[in-house]
Amino acid sequence: MIIRPRRAWWDLRLGELWQYRDLVMLFVWRDFVAYYKQTILGPLWYLIQPILTTVVFTVIFGNIAQLSTDGLPPFLFYLAGNTVWNYFAACLTSTSTTFTSNAAILGKVYFPRLTIPVSIVLSNIISFGIRLGVFLGFLIYFIVIGVEIRPNWWIASLPLLLLIMAGLGLGTGIIVSSLTTKYRDLQQLIGFGVQLLMYATPVIYPISSLQGNWQWLVIANPMTAVVEVFRLAFLGVSGLSPLYLFYSLGFMAIILLIGVLIFNRVEATFMDTV
Amino acid sequence: MSDTVISIENLSKSYQLGAIGTGTFYGDVKRWWAKLRGKPDPYQKIGEKDHGNRDGEIVWALRDINFAVQRGEAIGIIGRNGAGKSTLLKILSRVTAPTSGVVKAKGRIASLLEVGTGFHSELTGRENIFLNGAIMGMSRAEVRRKLDEIVAFSGVDRYIDTPVKRYSSGMYVRLAFAVAAHLEPEILVVDEVLAVGDAEFQKKCLGKMSEVASGGRTVLFVSHNMTAVSALCDRALLLDRGQAVSQGEVEAILATYFQMALQIEPQMRWNENQAPTNGIVRFLGIRAHDSQNETKSAFDIRHPIGIELEYEVLQPDVWFTPSIILKDMNNVVIFNSPADAHPNWENAKIARGVYRSTCWIPGNLLVEGTYSIRVVFWGFSRLSQKGIAMDDAISLNVFDSLEGDSVRGKITGTFSGVVRPKLDWNSELVKPA
Repeated sequence: MIIRPRRAWWDLRLGELWQYRDLVMLFVWRDFVAYYKQTILGPLWYLIQPILTTVVFTVIFGNIAQLSTDGLPPFLFYLAGNTVWNYFAACLTSTSTTFTSNAAILGKVYFPRLTIPVSIVLSNIISFGIRLGVFLGFLIYFIVIGVEIRPNWWIASLPLLLLIMAGLGLGTGIIVSSLTTKYRDLQQLIGFGVQLLMYATPVIYPISSLQGNWQWLVIANPMTAVVEVFRLAFLGVSGLSPLYLFYSLGFMAIILLIGVLIFNRVEATFMDTV
Repeated sequence: MSDTVISIENLSKSYQLGAIGTGTFYGDVKRWWAKLRGKPDPYQKIGEKDHGNRDGEIVWALRDINFAVQRGEAIGIIGRNGAGKSTLLKILSRVTAPTSGVVKAKGRIASLLEVGTGFHSELTGRENIFLNGAIMGMSRAEVRRKLDEIVAFSGVDRYIDTPVKRYSSGMYVRLAFAVAAHLEPEILVVDEVLAVGDAEFQKKCLGKMSEVASGGRTVLFVSHNMTAVSALCDRALLLDRGQAVSQGEVEAILATYFQMALQIEPQMRWNENQAPTNGIVRFLGIRAHDSQNETKSAFDIRHPIGIELEYEVLQPDVWFTPSIILKDMNNVVIFNSPADAHPNWENAKIARGVYRSTCWIPGNLLVEGTYSIRVVFWGFSRLSQKGIAMDDAISLNVFDSLEGDSVRGKITGTFSGVVRPKLDWNSELVKPA
């Protein structure tokens, strides 16, 4: 093994990440277990949070602001948007503090630094799974009471949607975390940045309700296609061609590549500046 | 040399003094914008000259270190605070990258810069063993294989399924070290983790480390505990201000280290008008020296130490005595020794002139460590006169070169006692078996 001042920028050592896969799995498990230890409701918290948010959305945007929901029951419409958006937002916000919140452990021992953000993205899949379960429960309930909803074969694209969201969240998150080793400003930015981004994504409104000037902005957002295809798959309604998913996929690949490159550059000496 | 496991070549590491950037993105943009327009740096302090080097002053934590370690060696890395020991360990354990130079290592390096890295307080002891093991680079199968051994070594088997936040700090450390001790890396890098835990556990740790070393693996050990270093290591590297001062046999390096020991000033002199005085006596100087009259800061525990005072008596017909008070690093007074306890002091007289008084501290009396000396001139027969007191006038170090004929003999561990006199013992066989 050779320790040098700087590795070549293409030397990403992803093989090492594979060697440490046990560590990744342990981190995933630790995050999940530690989340609800010493709470009364335990894993139930994974259910309460999305339901409450959706109820609030339904009341504010559906009942008070009376935004269109493409003819779908508002509760289901918002729950769908929330379920997908939450996974992306969680990936982004929690990977964006990789360096700063783990400085204590990273300053003491070496392991591939990417294990931390990767494990965060994976452990968020668990909570996504639970939320998806909640969503499916309500979906079935609505179908049973006779609301006309047509889930279809697009459901098979779910793994692809997850991949795109995980890649986007991870890529953006590690770019931010790399920059926050020097600039703490970004940490402030990320909180409301995610919030703003949500309004640029059709989470609380359907894309069909946007006409003219602003539509291109929302379509340029790579999360738009993900949310729309998710609704198309489970609720059967969408105002966007599913082909935009390829745009999102490409966008994700580029962001992830840039992220890994920057991360790789910063991880060697971040302890000196963090 | 094919058996070199670590070779360090021209290794340097620099840090920027002061703040890196302005700390905020906005600040850096502002600074960059000012530079672009040829304006002065808005963040530069008033009165500070612009050296054209906006990156600030650079400090070399390590400078051109060259060092090679052979397989199976145990190397001690010693030096004062800020000498660069921790930086070297950080580079070796890949926590941070060097600024220049190269380290070539054969085999897995495991570093113990801290025990219990990554322990999660909510998880149980058993869960943390797996987590900590994985962080250190063990696979899950490897940990499972050694689990019983680790638990036994730590001695916390009763609490192994209790969250570690309920552990006492001693149990916590024992469990953490147990995991680290079973890593079995080719190269083990250890910082001063031994400073924690009780004496028995420290002994266990030292034992484990020498076992690692004698098992053909390599140990790099950074410590302030010189007794532990000399017990465990064959060779040592002495760092000072980022540079390798010397390297070689551990005994020789330890002696060098003590010579330049911690800010020790064995000599103090004042010129005439600055010397402390009370109008009767003027305290001119003090120094510590050995029996060859050589001024020294570090003394072999077996040899006598001379403390020489020089003072001038300015007025006739007074009596007083100089006195030295020896204190250890915890400010505990070891003894207070006046030069002359006069039986009839009210009427005694001392003639004018410059005096030199030497107090001899016998060999084999003190324990190892750093001492400071307080000097007091007292007992003036004109009671209205104040004495002179000088705290921490000089300091000195006492070390044991571990050649076997001091009181501790070949025992390298903690040796209790405030003093360590070599006393006479008589032993006779009273009832043969």
